[in-house]
Amino acid sequence: MNAPTLYGLCAAALVGIGLFGLILHPTPLRKVISFNLVGCGTFLFFGVAARRGAGAGFAGDPVPQALVITGIVVAFAATAVAVALILRMLEAGVATMDSRPEPPDDLSP
Amino acid sequence: MIPAQVTAPDGLLLILALFLPAVSLLAIFVLGLRRPERIALPTLAGGLVVALIVALQVGHSGQAATYRLGGWLPPLGITLRADGLSAALIAMAALILFVVAIYARGNFGSEPDGAESRQPMVFWTLLLGLATALNTVFLAQDLFSLFVALELLTFSAVPLVSLEGSRETLRAALRYLLFALSGSVLYLIGVALLYGAYGTLDIASLHQVTRADRATSIALGLMIAGLMAKAALFPLHLWLPPAHAGAPAPASAVLSALVVKAPFFLILRLWFDVAPQPQPAIAGTMLAALGAVSILVCSVLALRQARLKLMVAYSTVAQVGYLFLVFPLVMGSEAAVPWASIGWTGGVLQLVSHAFAKASMFLAAGLIAQAMGHDRIDDLGGAAQAVPISLAAFALAGLSLMGLPPAGGFVAKVMLLTAAVATSNWWIAVTILAGGLLAAGYVFRVIGKSFAEPAKGAPPRNAVARSSELAVLSLAAVALMLGFLPLQPFAYLAIGQGGLP
Repeated sequence: MNAPTLYGLCAAALVGIGLFGLILHPTPLRKVISFNLVGCGTFLFFGVAARRGAGAGFAGDPVPQALVITGIVVAFAATAVAVALILRMLEAGVATMDSRPEPPDDLSP
Repeated sequence: MIPAQVTAPDGLLLILALFLPAVSLLAIFVLGLRRPERIALPTLAGGLVVALIVALQVGHSGQAATYRLGGWLPPLGITLRADGLSAALIAMAALILFVVAIYARGNFGSEPDGAESRQPMVFWTLLLGLATALNTVFLAQDLFSLFVALELLTFSAVPLVSLEGSRETLRAALRYLLFALSGSVLYLIGVALLYGAYGTLDIASLHQVTRADRATSIALGLMIAGLMAKAALFPLHLWLPPAHAGAPAPASAVLSALVVKAPFFLILRLWFDVAPQPQPAIAGTMLAALGAVSILVCSVLALRQARLKLMVAYSTVAQVGYLFLVFPLVMGSEAAVPWASIGWTGGVLQLVSHAFAKASMFLAAGLIAQAMGHDRIDDLGGAAQAVPISLAAFALAGLSLMGLPPAGGFVAKVMLLTAAVATSNWWIAVTILAGGLLAAGYVFRVIGKSFAEPAKGAPPRNAVARSSELAVLSLAAVALMLGFLPLQPFAYLAIGQGGLP
């Protein structure tokens, strides 16, 4: 087994653990952390693609690393939005999100 | 490889389409926190002008408008490109955003005393963010830029859901965000796999090199599954009804009309431009089967809703289901290229006519709720006298959802039906007809209740702004006018198709 294969397997494991948590954990914060795990696995995949030289045939391909940096920024922004929403939910007194979907607020004054 | 091509002058307009809303979004932070609509409205009007010029130029020249950033060629450079389909969708998005903005002056106009308030500021900046993101989705030509555009779309759409900040809308927004993030991360894994296999993410380059091997199938499967969660295809639709029903009316209108269409547009591109030919029949049938279940289940659920906005939201899931019927209809057709087939054209027309009809319907539902003080369908008696124009718009938009002439939805559904019969997909034909009947059921239920006598001791009606009512009616009128298109593939949509410049 060479290094890219090992990293690829690690990436697959991270994605698997993350997806498991994303689907099965009831608390929002754990879901957000699980999303970050899936994200980490994905970024590692890009690293593997770079190391393998991708399809272009370079020994080490710089393009995936540029993509990963953008991806990390996007994942960071996503986490920030999610945490802001969770904080607002806690302020409003909602602890979990697995209760049955409720109809929206009555619009009557 | 792709032949070198100098950027035509009309390519600069594509940059403007992305640039204008993004710069104006920043300008709101710098200049106009107190009166954000004074910056946002002219920008969206300008965006409409740009989109119409692009659409006219594409039609006039008969070829796609292309812009290469910095003159770099793919695979290193980034290309923006408007073919016939993209140009039509940009014009559609710009028109709907502009009309929604006119409507929203009533809801999110700034305070007369010039005080700074949170909701209008957030709403107008997010609307401009949506405009940027949608234009990027329709114009970008490489899979990674499309990922960034999708994320921008998500980050603009999610806070719109929770503008009111109540518990239920916060919960709906968080659920929407988690579904959308799961979708985009699956999409990103697919992007990584494709890059690892081919070393390029440019759609036109991929079009020429993709092979039908396992890595490509897994990558495309993951990407399409992720986009399905964003487009709310059954069974990944659970987030949509509470999110779209909980948002304020103008926000629901853009979410339902435009935001769920962007991931579908991407699926269409992946399927026809990236996937190796011929696509596996089983995958197309599976997508169509999920679409058919969406139509039937969510139409029945729409019939059973007690609240108007939830009903309209479930109807969105059902109508998005129609779009996914396209895949087997195109594969079974005898047309040489997909865009010459009647099934493809019907799907695109369904996308456009549903966008106008649903925007109009959500805005009308907002006005009805505003006038009546509630949106319980059973207590809508008297709405026909209180807001006749809004109810008329609701009914006209309903015609399009049902697929009755002369609405745009009629032409779209007849095309899909013809394609289903021509390719002997009888179950699809039956689903289309059943979906139309169910849509008639839920639309007529609202109309019928609205003409009932108002209950005794009903609270007084609130006045609604005339400009808002006319905005709603104009969107319904566009949905209706689409019904006068001929029943055949359009040359315009075929301009520049095929993933090649």
